[in-house]
Amino acid sequence: MSDAKTWHAIIQATLKANDVRLVTYVPDRVFTPLIRSLHDDSYFTTFPCTREEEAVGINTGAWMGGLRGAVLMQTSGFGTIANALASLAVPSQIPLVMFVSERGVLGEFNLGQALVCRTMRPVLDSLAVINHTVTRLDELEFTVDRSIKQAVATQAPVCFILSPLLTGGKVFRH
Amino acid sequence: MTAAKVGSAHNAKVMNRFELTKRLVGKLKRDEAVIGGIGNTNFDLWASGQRPQNYYMLGSMGLTIPIALGVAIAQPARHVVALEGDGSLLMQLGCLGTVAMRAPNNLTIVVWDNGIYQITGSQPTVTAFATDLVAAARACGIANSAWAADEDDFDRLVERALGGGPSLIAVKTDKEPGVGQTDRDPVRIRSAFMAGIGVKRA
Repeated sequence: MSDAKTWHAIIQATLKANDVRLVTYVPDRVFTPLIRSLHDDSYFTTFPCTREEEAVGINTGAWMGGLRGAVLMQTSGFGTIANALASLAVPSQIPLVMFVSERGVLGEFNLGQALVCRTMRPVLDSLAVINHTVTRLDELEFTVDRSIKQAVATQAPVCFILSPLLTGGKVFRH
Repeated sequence: MTAAKVGSAHNAKVMNRFELTKRLVGKLKRDEAVIGGIGNTNFDLWASGQRPQNYYMLGSMGLTIPIALGVAIAQPARHVVALEGDGSLLMQLGCLGTVAMRAPNNLTIVVWDNGIYQITGSQPTVTAFATDLVAAARACGIANSAWAADEDDFDRLVERALGGGPSLIAVKTDKEPGVGQTDRDPVRIRSAFMAGIGVKRA
């Protein structure tokens, strides 16, 4: 089914297939086509938050209220949510679904992004949060679909790190 | 630093958080959800009686209002009340703008403002100097924001808030410690709350 589909169309369809209706985000250039498409689709309640940890809180409340959600953020945004994961989503066993557009690698031009990127996987791994770095379009639907189902079934957060190999990333222009 | 005692709270009586928590809970007749903030806010909510629709947030300082907003979005037919302290709200002030943007008609925010980080040793927060949280909430777009002048005014504001939303009620509170102590088991708290608001785990 993924033939000729874009990465963002696949994510949108897979969220829908898994009854994920709430998408909160702190914007990112790479996510722009996905965010635009989600806003245009009345199936989804989509809105920006002022901080990533705020989005984690909203999604936690929504899950407890019976509504599935996902959070979109960039790598530096992930750098702000360690406490929200460690004190809320992980110990409360919330199937928080996170998508992070990966900055800091494969041609990064911003030193701060290159440094904060190095904190992301150690934070996820130290909290034993399952994370997948997705590089291939043909593996995207399977990875996201199965992992959301696992997150819900096991009541645990999951994080998808979308590599520039998948999305094209953010390109430095002289 | 000298305290700048100006702003919209100039005539607000200093009241007791536990007494007002009991008043608030006493007005909940429709299984409203209550999201209690970290520390003494939670301790007083716990001590007011452990309603099945109460959620006691541990640890994630600042996320009480976001959690309440999430519950309000998920369950539009149920009114949701967030109880938050001044220090916690200051940590996530932007969430007031998000609440105003979404404008849920089933959300009430109550802020207990004692001007101190009470649980860490009563160091002052900026509200003890020049920051007015009701003015901040209005500026963020929550037009229905007010200081409670006294206990009777608090009752009136709560009754009005429970009929719609979003609303923010701020209360100048004294420095009395919390009355109880919450359970410390996040999974048990979360599970009990979900059962209390009619959500089965997937």
